[in-house]
Amino acid sequence: MDGWQCFHADPIIRSFNNPFAMSLIHLQQISRRYKMGGETVHALRDVSLDIQRGEYVAIMGPSGSGKSTLMNLIGCLDTPSTGHYVLNGVSVSQMGDNQLAEIRNREIGFVFQTFNLLARSNALHNVELPLIYAGVPADERRRNALEALANVGLADRVHHKPNELSGGQRQRVAVARALVNKPSILLADEPTGNLDSKTGNEIMALIEELSRKGNTIIVVTHEEDIARQARRIIRIRDGLIASDETLTK
Amino acid sequence: MNFLSEIREGLGISWAALRANKMRSVLATLGIVIGILTVTLMGAAINGLNQAFIRNVSSLGANVFYVSRYKWFNSSYADWISMRRRPPITLADSENTARLLTTAQAVAPLASDEDTVKYKTRSADSVEIDGTTEAYLQTSDVDVADGRFLTAADAGGTQPVCVIGNDVATNLFRGESPLGKRLLIEDNSFQVVGVLQKQGMMFGNSLDNRIIVPLREFLAEIWSRPNMEIQVKASSVARLDEAQEELRQVMRQIRHLRPDQPDNFSINQQDQIVTWFHAQTAVIAIIGLFVTSLALFVGGIGIMNIMFVSVVERTREIGVRKAIGAKRRTILLQFLIEAATICLFGGFIALGIAWVATLAVTKWMFPANLSAGIVIISVLVSVMTGLVSGFLPAWRAARMDPVEALRSE
Repeated sequence: MDGWQCFHADPIIRSFNNPFAMSLIHLQQISRRYKMGGETVHALRDVSLDIQRGEYVAIMGPSGSGKSTLMNLIGCLDTPSTGHYVLNGVSVSQMGDNQLAEIRNREIGFVFQTFNLLARSNALHNVELPLIYAGVPADERRRNALEALANVGLADRVHHKPNELSGGQRQRVAVARALVNKPSILLADEPTGNLDSKTGNEIMALIEELSRKGNTIIVVTHEEDIARQARRIIRIRDGLIASDETLTK
Repeated sequence: MNFLSEIREGLGISWAALRANKMRSVLATLGIVIGILTVTLMGAAINGLNQAFIRNVSSLGANVFYVSRYKWFNSSYADWISMRRRPPITLADSENTARLLTTAQAVAPLASDEDTVKYKTRSADSVEIDGTTEAYLQTSDVDVADGRFLTAADAGGTQPVCVIGNDVATNLFRGESPLGKRLLIEDNSFQVVGVLQKQGMMFGNSLDNRIIVPLREFLAEIWSRPNMEIQVKASSVARLDEAQEELRQVMRQIRHLRPDQPDNFSINQQDQIVTWFHAQTAVIAIIGLFVTSLALFVGGIGIMNIMFVSVVERTREIGVRKAIGAKRRTILLQFLIEAATICLFGGFIALGIAWVATLAVTKWMFPANLSAGIVIISVLVSVMTGLVSGFLPAWRAARMDPVEALRSE
């Protein structure tokens, strides 16, 4: 690694000269390329984006647009080929596997379309898991997990396993798991995709409520009416930001 | 995340995974069970044989030298041929040794033969007839159960008396008390003055099927020029080397050997047998180790296989765990613990079977001993097998890309 890259790898950027220093999420000219067979696929091309603390953002786009890639990058599951990503004041674009795992544990709460709960563990243990990885002592862990489950209305379901819960309840467990570490961002990927519209609406209401409480929320979706519940819609097409619109409510 | 809670979490996960795939886990365990069973039984058998052997040779005193024409363990046929040319050990050798030695507690000559012994109408074949002196009571570990041993008076004179072993007493005299009775060895009549305590077996031969007579009587009536042995008991165990050297010099002096001539006698000791035996068991142990490691290797491959399957099956779970903050080390540890748990489980089953098998073998075949050391080694070996064979699958799991892992179905 040569000198100038080391400079950019500096994790803490707190310069007042940097106009983006206060953004929770700061993406600067991010590109992500994949090798597929012999060809190079440009999933994202020079995307720059800022999201402030407390925002409620929807990321939209057809499949293959690059929205999943963008979500993976924002969620620190992946690193950009070029460009810089500063999350909560920390440059994460050059981090290795283990550092990223720590950042995900601390900063990001994931909610997936398919819930992705551990099938053999009950709700309580599923919610405890991020705290286990964070090294929180057992009694505190249990207290926090129970509180998180109570916050999503599942105080009476803590010892149920995923297959003993309805789809909506499972997604609530997932939301509780995402929030139990008090992350900077709640990152929801098609959170209603596997739910009927009634339970889908309930989950969206829960997300709306979390937003009102001040959580930063990013919802990735291809459904217009889901996206319209956010305050800001970012549309991705062909690896570029096609539009970035702030909704007035 | 601290190491202890990581291990606890790993144990919980592996327990749940094992319970979810009972049949598969049992089958995977089978190879390990067989492997560990081999380790354990091998160890128990060798251990048992060793102990039985030590019990066997304990009838040969640790501080007794056995001077004889032959070395007990010949290195070659040529050796044996050259030893055949040595002069036999005589009574005079024994008496001179006893006179000249300063470090000896007791010196007993011993001449042996096998003969048929009769009492009334009954007879016993292949009874060992030993001619010796009263000193034999000290150089050997025989004890008198009834009556008395030979005395100096018996040994010096030619009183036809004898002391009989436990087998002879039961076989020839049945219910009768043998004391004072006369039995016939090659038509020579001997009066029984004592019965020896039961000694048991050494290398499969009874030590109780014998009759001890005064040496002079033996020479006069049974065999006039036997090949004898001199048993020399050193007065202290601590200075055995010195005692042996003195004995050697005394023998050379008696035999009038010049300094450049080699010894024409051999001084044997119990520890020679022990050394020889340990060499034999070492060979068995090495062969056993080979077979065992082969069995464990096969078992380990089974575990590796099952762990690869488990990793592929749980790709998505690995993705989820990584997404919510599991590090490589955590995932690695999780699968290592799972593999080790399967193997440990197999190890415990194997130990259970081995315990029963050891009891059975000891009862019906040969002595085996499942010692604490073997149990600990078996447990360690099973855990190690799990860790080694689980490493590659666990490593693959730990290195998974979370994005791809989450995308898998």
